[in-house]
Amino acid sequence: MPTSTQAATAANAQGTLRRILLQGRYETLGMISNGEQLVVAVVLPLMALLGLVFTDLLKDVAANPIDAAAPGVLALCVVSTAFTGQGIATGFDRRYGVLRFLSTTPLGRAGLIYGKVMAVLVVLFLQVVVIGGTALLLGWRPAPAGIGWAIALLVLGAAAFTALGLLVAGTVRPEATLAITNLAWVLLAAVGGILFPSTRAPAYLQPIVDLLPSAALGDSLRAALITGTGSVSGILILLAWTIIAGFAATRWFKWN
Amino acid sequence: MIEDLLKDFGPVPALDGRMMRVLHGISLKANAGSVTTILGSNGAGKSTTLACAQGLLRPNGGTVRLLGEDPYGASPALRSRVGVMLQDGGLPPSLRPIPLLRHVASFYRRPADLDALIERLGINEFATTSIRRLSGGQKQRVALASALAGNPEVVFLDEPSAGLDPQSRQVVFELIGELREAGMCIVLTTHLMEDAQKLSDYVYIIDEGRNVAQGTVSELTAHAAHETPAQAVTFTAEAAMMLPALPEHLTLAEASPGHYRLDGVRSPGDLAELTTWWTREGVLPHALTMQPRTLEDVFLEIADKGNNAN
Repeated sequence: MPTSTQAATAANAQGTLRRILLQGRYETLGMISNGEQLVVAVVLPLMALLGLVFTDLLKDVAANPIDAAAPGVLALCVVSTAFTGQGIATGFDRRYGVLRFLSTTPLGRAGLIYGKVMAVLVVLFLQVVVIGGTALLLGWRPAPAGIGWAIALLVLGAAAFTALGLLVAGTVRPEATLAITNLAWVLLAAVGGILFPSTRAPAYLQPIVDLLPSAALGDSLRAALITGTGSVSGILILLAWTIIAGFAATRWFKWN
Repeated sequence: MIEDLLKDFGPVPALDGRMMRVLHGISLKANAGSVTTILGSNGAGKSTTLACAQGLLRPNGGTVRLLGEDPYGASPALRSRVGVMLQDGGLPPSLRPIPLLRHVASFYRRPADLDALIERLGINEFATTSIRRLSGGQKQRVALASALAGNPEVVFLDEPSAGLDPQSRQVVFELIGELREAGMCIVLTTHLMEDAQKLSDYVYIIDEGRNVAQGTVSELTAHAAHETPAQAVTFTAEAAMMLPALPEHLTLAEASPGHYRLDGVRSPGDLAELTTWWTREGVLPHALTMQPRTLEDVFLEIADKGNNAN
């Protein structure tokens, strides 16, 4: 009977969603109960925020230092959580066979990945609350017209960097993942268009930096939250990275 | 209710830069309410066979059916009926055992009575310790519990007795026996003949990715006995003795320094050959045994035949 088939399909879909939520909660708790991760997720971004506000490193970006600093620090949160934190956790889970074991349960491989994506979004949301709240207390006034753009950019940035993190974690040893994602985090923050406008990068790096997901995210967030300007090219670059890295991760991710 | 597990693989690539055949056409079948054992030495292809059966690896040929379905990319509904214990555990090291078991159980439709399982496997003893700090045997018990947490119909146990102390081994063996009585289909691997002999209803011996023998434990030992109705004598004596020339049907070898083994003993006269040599050389062995046939003898004979064929 079609109705019972439909009911069974609905029950299955509900079960799948329930398992993803359970796994998402499990991964989220794993991320926020880990001391090192908490340092990377909250303490370092807060230090970056304060550092940028109390120096004049961004004085040409916006009139008010906090307006210039906050968007870049939010972009930094995306890279730390979706790429560095998630990549390292996944790399070690792979080493310990946790991915293999969980993929034999009803959660399956797809459920595992969606659980990770969910955890990244939840942690990112918490970071936005903490960092954004602190920035507001420090006098941050984001452009109202750009808030919708900013949310879209943060989500898309999280997608692109999660895919990149999975690609690294799924293809090299966890120690190498640790080194690569941490190094990339520092480099992207400094010259990849995250904390400082990508135009600050050395001239010979400029053509490369402009195409990086970090520059697309950082520069577009600054445009959206400082002047309320939407950046279609930023969205398109992030979308392209999400698709390419997602495809590559699907193709080359080694579960064992 | 017949819940058959029918598997028939072709070769599987180990991505070693090049293609390597690990399994050269393994066939086996496991039934509900019985313990099916895959016995083989390290590297024989046991874990690879299980990984194909669990849907963790896609076979390059042959067919695998788990409860009638293809396990590769299986639906959550199928996975809900299957439990897996991996050889390396696959447990997240930072977690404590019980939260992990609750999390795993939450994925299943009809989870097992976890409290009973935890009690039974003595997991309460180390409940406050993170998995990272558990001993090998404790980890094994947690891994077994996580395979059983979903109350599955089919359970795959890769080397379930590895690293267990004698008491835990006893508990695990009893539990496996009870699950079998309750109608579970249990598939396990081991390289320990003793375990295979104790636990199994049906044994598949595999070597270098091929089936080499199969049957119940009694069939395997009896059948092999019929083929070569010989016994083995083992003794320990001074190491590296010069071995004598013996009749062709007898083979004497020093298995490890000081430990000798004479195969092919069929008559009292064969023993006399041995004692004559001892008398001549003035050797009095420290220990001497004549063994009835065990699964180990069958296995060693098979392995030996394989080596001679190569």
